[in-house]
Amino acid sequence: MFRLVKVIAAVSLALGATNLQANEAWKDLGRNATEAEVAAWDIDIRPDFQGLKPGSGNAEIGEEIFLEKCALCHGDFGESNEYFAPLVLGNITEEDIETGRVAALKDPTRVRTTLMKINNLSTLMDFINRAMPWNAPKTLTPDELYSVTAYILSLAYIIEPDFELNQDTVHDVQQLMPNRNGMTWDHGLWKIDGKPDVVSKRCMKNCADSVEVISSLPDYAKPAHGNLYDQHRIFGPTRGVVYEVEGGEEPSEEVSAASEPPMDLLAANGCTGCHQVKGKLVGPGFDEVSAKYAGQADAVEYLVGKIRNGGGGVWGGMPMPAMPQVSEEQAKIIASWLAGK
Amino acid sequence: MKDKNSPTPTGVLRAAPESFIEPELVNAINKEGIDDSRRGLLRNSFAAAVAAMAAPAALANDGESEILDLQPWSGMLGNGVATNPYGQPSKYESNIIRRRSPGLAATSQADVAFTPLQSMFGMITASGLHFERHHQGWVDIDPRKHRFMINGLVKNPKVFTMDDLMRMPSVSRIHFIECGANTAMEWGNSAVPTVQYTHGMLSCSEFTGVPLSLLLDMAGYDKKNGKYIMAEGADGSGQNRTIDMDRALDDVLVVYGQNGEMLRPEQGYPLRILVPGCQGVSSIKYLRRVEVGDMRWSAKDESSGYADLMPDGMMRQYTSIQEAKSVITSPSGGQKLLSKGYYNISGLAWSGRGKIAKVDVSVDGGRTWKEARVDGPVLSKALTRFNFDWVWDGKPALLQSRVTDETGYVQPQYNALREVRGTRGIYHNNAIQTWRVLESGEVENVQVG
Repeated sequence: MFRLVKVIAAVSLALGATNLQANEAWKDLGRNATEAEVAAWDIDIRPDFQGLKPGSGNAEIGEEIFLEKCALCHGDFGESNEYFAPLVLGNITEEDIETGRVAALKDPTRVRTTLMKINNLSTLMDFINRAMPWNAPKTLTPDELYSVTAYILSLAYIIEPDFELNQDTVHDVQQLMPNRNGMTWDHGLWKIDGKPDVVSKRCMKNCADSVEVISSLPDYAKPAHGNLYDQHRIFGPTRGVVYEVEGGEEPSEEVSAASEPPMDLLAANGCTGCHQVKGKLVGPGFDEVSAKYAGQADAVEYLVGKIRNGGGGVWGGMPMPAMPQVSEEQAKIIASWLAGK
Repeated sequence: MKDKNSPTPTGVLRAAPESFIEPELVNAINKEGIDDSRRGLLRNSFAAAVAAMAAPAALANDGESEILDLQPWSGMLGNGVATNPYGQPSKYESNIIRRRSPGLAATSQADVAFTPLQSMFGMITASGLHFERHHQGWVDIDPRKHRFMINGLVKNPKVFTMDDLMRMPSVSRIHFIECGANTAMEWGNSAVPTVQYTHGMLSCSEFTGVPLSLLLDMAGYDKKNGKYIMAEGADGSGQNRTIDMDRALDDVLVVYGQNGEMLRPEQGYPLRILVPGCQGVSSIKYLRRVEVGDMRWSAKDESSGYADLMPDGMMRQYTSIQEAKSVITSPSGGQKLLSKGYYNISGLAWSGRGKIAKVDVSVDGGRTWKEARVDGPVLSKALTRFNFDWVWDGKPALLQSRVTDETGYVQPQYNALREVRGTRGIYHNNAIQTWRVLESGEVENVQVG
């Protein structure tokens, strides 16, 4: 309360006000939230599972959902390292599940997966519920959430494929989380007056017996960030170092000839989660699609169908999910742009 | 220019022999490169300098054409007002932009665009150059439809519109925002060439908004059990973080203004929370909700991400404070000095625990240090600019800066930091940065031990 009074006093001073009482009229602003509004937005699931909605599911059902909505980025078994760190990768042992400490975290050669790190089951469920799938967050039903979670847990052999995950059994599973004892709050970086763990002195003279360069960029790695001359001001006390960029960023004729991409539509409909304007991401680049179909008589019609109904096999193994949320009209705008019409 | 016999695969970048460079550029480099005569140029007559130059530029005997000849801009009618209704930098500044670091992330929606610190002045970050870090892309929210809710352990859960919030008593404060993963790529070894990539997840702005303490008070938060708050975004990621109630009541702001205008969409338009001194991820963008609670939330980015792995395999959870750190921004990695002689070594210093007290600079890799001049206002949890006079003698040098903050904490060297935290923590790397100046005048990123 003392702090609050200080803030109010500071605000009053800043506003040149003399009457604190008059200022408190701001308290009339805003309104009380309705129960339905709080229920709609209060989506967080805490470590004690407060906020977890009723429902149930298992890994067998979860596998189908995962393959349809998650495997595009995470791989069929949550193993993919292509777009995000892997969810699961066989670095968790039975002993880890017993002790609640993932031993592989000590080993610098092992890839760190999500299930190796998290200490709470709620973290997995809260995040999937609020932010997944990547291009359509907050669309999973409670049952789907339980099933997808169960599938991911089963991939790490934490539960059996037919284990029924629900509001009660989550508490049992929490006791099996492989890294549940692997987090510490014992550090100085939480409180503003926390104690630093690394203590140095402000030495001014004879601070080191010898100074040796122990790391520098090898010559071949230096230009990996492009021509540094182009990343600095062209006048002033220094210049950027010149590196020639081989096979550089020449825009292909198709793209430069094409009209402006309908980025609003592409972004709003989640297209850019998997496609970018130039080059392959999860799916082919829009420029690659353009190059393939531009000029074909039925290109617009064909692409509208692909966008709305999905498909696969044209650009490799990764299927394109159906995007029914894209209206016929929107799909036509996108397809016409891709077809260069 | 492409050698068919070269083993270098297409798309790979490599340094170019000078003969491959555009003639115009060769000229510029010859003209501006390292040359003893450049020093003479400063003191002696132009004629003497011309005689010493390897590639004489077009300099008439009686002076420079830039002065002797009428320049186009001096003999023309200029552009009208509001030609650019929202002003843009000069076309000659087109190199000064945010950049991704190749290979860091596979999708631009979960990536970083780094601030070009090497080309910036003072303590304030131009809003258009503020670094970007998104976990699931950025959105542009209709502010008329944006709502901010406070719920949880409160007497009356509250809803505020932007109209409400902007009618409230407001404050403006200058603070830095540094991503917890700033300098992450350098934990194990030197990895990236310029200060844009080593330190460019860093910004400082004047923020305008409402103290969160006022809003919590209006909702009647539970003073006994409300030990924490959770802030949550309205975007697809619904990014969320736990904040200690002590901090929430101290200097945390609910902000809509940034450097005199509204927040940029990439920085959370129309509303974000600002947790001064804490890693950027705590300052949730697109803020739609604050919940008061009696336990920490263990959100994805305080567990799977943003938890610091220690050598013993334990992870430090809820690391938040950005400890004192400094970096020289000019001269810095990937630059080339023009000639021997005077340079104003300039850089930034900051601390998540308060004001900075002193900045020292070393040009011999940390053997000896001298105090730098701290410039401009020194504010709590804000970037502070420092300057240091240096005369380069043409010999190799190792430039470092070191900050001491008002708590007495001294920025560590890499060996001291690694001794405690190892090399795999990802977050909170605040080690002293070293730039090596070579005899050629080229500056590169190195680490010393």
